[in-house]
Amino acid sequence: MTLLVAENVGIRFGGVRAVENVSFAVQAGHIFSIIGPNGAGKTTLFNVLSGIYRPDSGRVLLAGEDVTGMPPHRLAAKGIARTFQNLQIFYGMTVVENVMVGRHLREDRRIVPSMLGLPSAARQNRATRQKAREILAFVGLGDPADEPAGSLPYGALRRLEIARALALEPRLLLLDEPAAGCNPVETAELGELVRSIVRQGVTIMLVEHDMRFVMQISDRLLVLDGGRTLAEGSAAALRQNPEVIAAYLGRHGAREANPALS
Amino acid sequence: MAEFLQFCFSGLTVGSVYALVALGFTVIYNASNVVNFAQGEFVMLGGMVTVALLAASVPLPVAGVAAVFVAALVGLALHRLAIEPARGSSPVELIIITIGASIFIRGVAQVVFDKQFHKLPAFSGDAPIHMLGATILPQSLWVLGGAGAIVIGLHLFSEHTLVGKAAAATAANRLAARLAGIDTTAIVSLSFALAGAVGAVAGILITPITLTSYNAGTLLALKGFAAGMLGGMGKPLGAVLGGLLLGLAEAFGAGYVSSAYKDGIAFIVILVVLLSLPQGLLGKHSAERV
Amino acid sequence: MRALLSARWVTLGVLCLVIAALPLVFPSSYYYRVAALVWISAIAAVGLNILMGYAGQVSLGHAGFLGIGAYAVAIGPARFGLNSWLCILLGALLSAALAWLVGRTILRLRGHYLAIATLGFGFLIALVLANEARWTGGPDGTPVARVSVAGFRLAGPVTWYWLSGALLALGTALALNLEDSSVGRALRALHDSEIAAALAGIDVARCKLWAFIIAAVYASVAGSMLALFDGFVTPDVASFLRSIDLVAMVVVGGIGSSAGSILGAGLLVTLPQFLTVFAEYEQIALGLIIMLVMIFLRRGIVPTAQQLFAPRRR
Repeated sequence: MTLLVAENVGIRFGGVRAVENVSFAVQAGHIFSIIGPNGAGKTTLFNVLSGIYRPDSGRVLLAGEDVTGMPPHRLAAKGIARTFQNLQIFYGMTVVENVMVGRHLREDRRIVPSMLGLPSAARQNRATRQKAREILAFVGLGDPADEPAGSLPYGALRRLEIARALALEPRLLLLDEPAAGCNPVETAELGELVRSIVRQGVTIMLVEHDMRFVMQISDRLLVLDGGRTLAEGSAAALRQNPEVIAAYLGRHGAREANPALS
Repeated sequence: MAEFLQFCFSGLTVGSVYALVALGFTVIYNASNVVNFAQGEFVMLGGMVTVALLAASVPLPVAGVAAVFVAALVGLALHRLAIEPARGSSPVELIIITIGASIFIRGVAQVVFDKQFHKLPAFSGDAPIHMLGATILPQSLWVLGGAGAIVIGLHLFSEHTLVGKAAAATAANRLAARLAGIDTTAIVSLSFALAGAVGAVAGILITPITLTSYNAGTLLALKGFAAGMLGGMGKPLGAVLGGLLLGLAEAFGAGYVSSAYKDGIAFIVILVVLLSLPQGLLGKHSAERV
Repeated sequence: MRALLSARWVTLGVLCLVIAALPLVFPSSYYYRVAALVWISAIAAVGLNILMGYAGQVSLGHAGFLGIGAYAVAIGPARFGLNSWLCILLGALLSAALAWLVGRTILRLRGHYLAIATLGFGFLIALVLANEARWTGGPDGTPVARVSVAGFRLAGPVTWYWLSGALLALGTALALNLEDSSVGRALRALHDSEIAAALAGIDVARCKLWAFIIAAVYASVAGSMLALFDGFVTPDVASFLRSIDLVAMVVVGGIGSSAGSILGAGLLVTLPQFLTVFAEYEQIALGLIIMLVMIFLRRGIVPTAQQLFAPRRR
């Protein structure tokens, strides 16, 4: 089944075409990665998919429904969650509260019962906290749950963002450079985490610079260059694609990417 | 027609003062990203210090120059004692600090001077000049001319002097300016002193027309802020334009609509502008990076 | 969770204890009067803290809602023969409606722009109150009818001490409940990152609007209480300096902390009373306090103290 379709998506800032005429389809249950050099439009594309930017042209379909230009909170309700390249942590809150925020849509959001502190509100708080702790344990952050989020090290903050996104119980999870700043061990652990998320039935889109990591983990990849689609296909197919090798991977990248296959 | 012209004269006169207040905001905002709510107190100080020195038989020109120096020094002290130690605070926290400073300065002025209204003599007499059926006070010409001179002077300073260029570089990118060897803290201090001086000149020019008192600065600061935002935060030309437009809007609003709500016009204008053009008249949109 | 729960109950418990115990050390009814003023101001400050502390949105015109509440209990009974209690409610409804109407548009603005927009809004309310003399008595103000319950006239500082104290305790309890709820977490989240909050499914505009409305209702109720207590009201209640006073209470006490807002109200209301002998120096002292706290205790008194005394675990 096709979960997400982008049709001829384009967006420009001033005179600059950040993304131009990009089309692709993501199969449910896949890991679909977007790669390309800096400034290729990867994060911009993510911002379009998650509703932060409205595209100037083209359409985005989620499970057949046109969701083009929908605001982020409505896309979240439709099942799209994401993390950020430059972390967007709620530093004024504890670790577990960060994840509890992700449960927002699953909670009763009426003001009056919240303010009155009715037993139902207390019950809901307990349930949300319980669920958040389970998710934290799942991403490997069970211990520091009640610490201020700001006390976590960098790698843990990346996991915290994933936990918060998972708290939405999304259909599609967009991960923007989850391995940035991670050492090889952390990257391997991250790969495990991503795979186990997919096993739970969540489709994943990935923007990532670590070629070895993406090539190993992705079912399909989209290569962007200068805002345009350069190629799309499986890791094996892209590795054979001379255009991709020349324009993006280069000699060094090709060498690095090849052992990943073998 | 005569009435229309009359409103234009009074609007432009008051608008010049708003423009100078807004220009003071802009000078500080550009150098430091601080929105200085104490800007109105500089205007008050300009008027009140001149009044006090005049009462002590100091000749008007000397008193005026001394008042400008006092306001510049207060601006310098504001930066060194209140803004610099709070470096790294959020914009709103800095706003609150400057509000605290303005309350403090007002309190000191109340103790040092008094709570009365004061007037300065007009620089060149009170005989109105007749022009196309409308009249204009000679002092208004002083205000217009003085404001024009300051605008041109500031422009020349920032375009043609080394210090001015350093200030522009600091405004554009503080870190880069520091890496280029510019003493950015000194530049920001200078901007506070300059804003103090500009405010004081506005206060001295307008006091013969509007009177002054220890708390004359509050409303002027609010309107100057509105004018600055109307023109687009951080744009000197926008500040001047915003100030003049606000002055005209007030004069025509008071003349044709309601004089009781004259002081509200600035805020109605600013609310309308903010909601339709959130970046001000001369501002440009910037996309948020994620 | 136990930590949070207990923090909530500690704040509320200490507040109730202070309200109950203070009269034991009051030498005269003058102290009841000052304390009642503190409680009333604290109601407005606790409400404003929901907007500024939880949601991180500044309002430099919040005294406008104080004014609406105050004039509701002045005009309603005098002109329309309405019950004063009903007028508190009507004032709150009017404030909520106005907050909704205005907030929908101005809360899209940020930082300086939101500051000037709220400032302008508050200024306009004060201007209307001063100019519509037929209704409001103009700049000189208007008397406010005393209230009664079952034929018993509510007058005198002691009665108002308990009344306002009880209302503050209630308002604080509601604010603390909100803090630890779905909506409260949403507000605190958008304070830190609007984009991440939106992507967590939070309708950021709607949540900000709710915070604005709630803060407006708190201020309106406080304004009504103030007018009923004083028996007189002038447009000064809605002035820019009043708005700054409210902001200062929240910030000095510690932004985000209800206990801090109450402490801030205590400081800013009692200070001028201590300085009555040196009335001239009141503004100097007020300005100095605001600056010193913002420079040296950036997070405000209560959070700074909490950090000092909390056991460090890292």
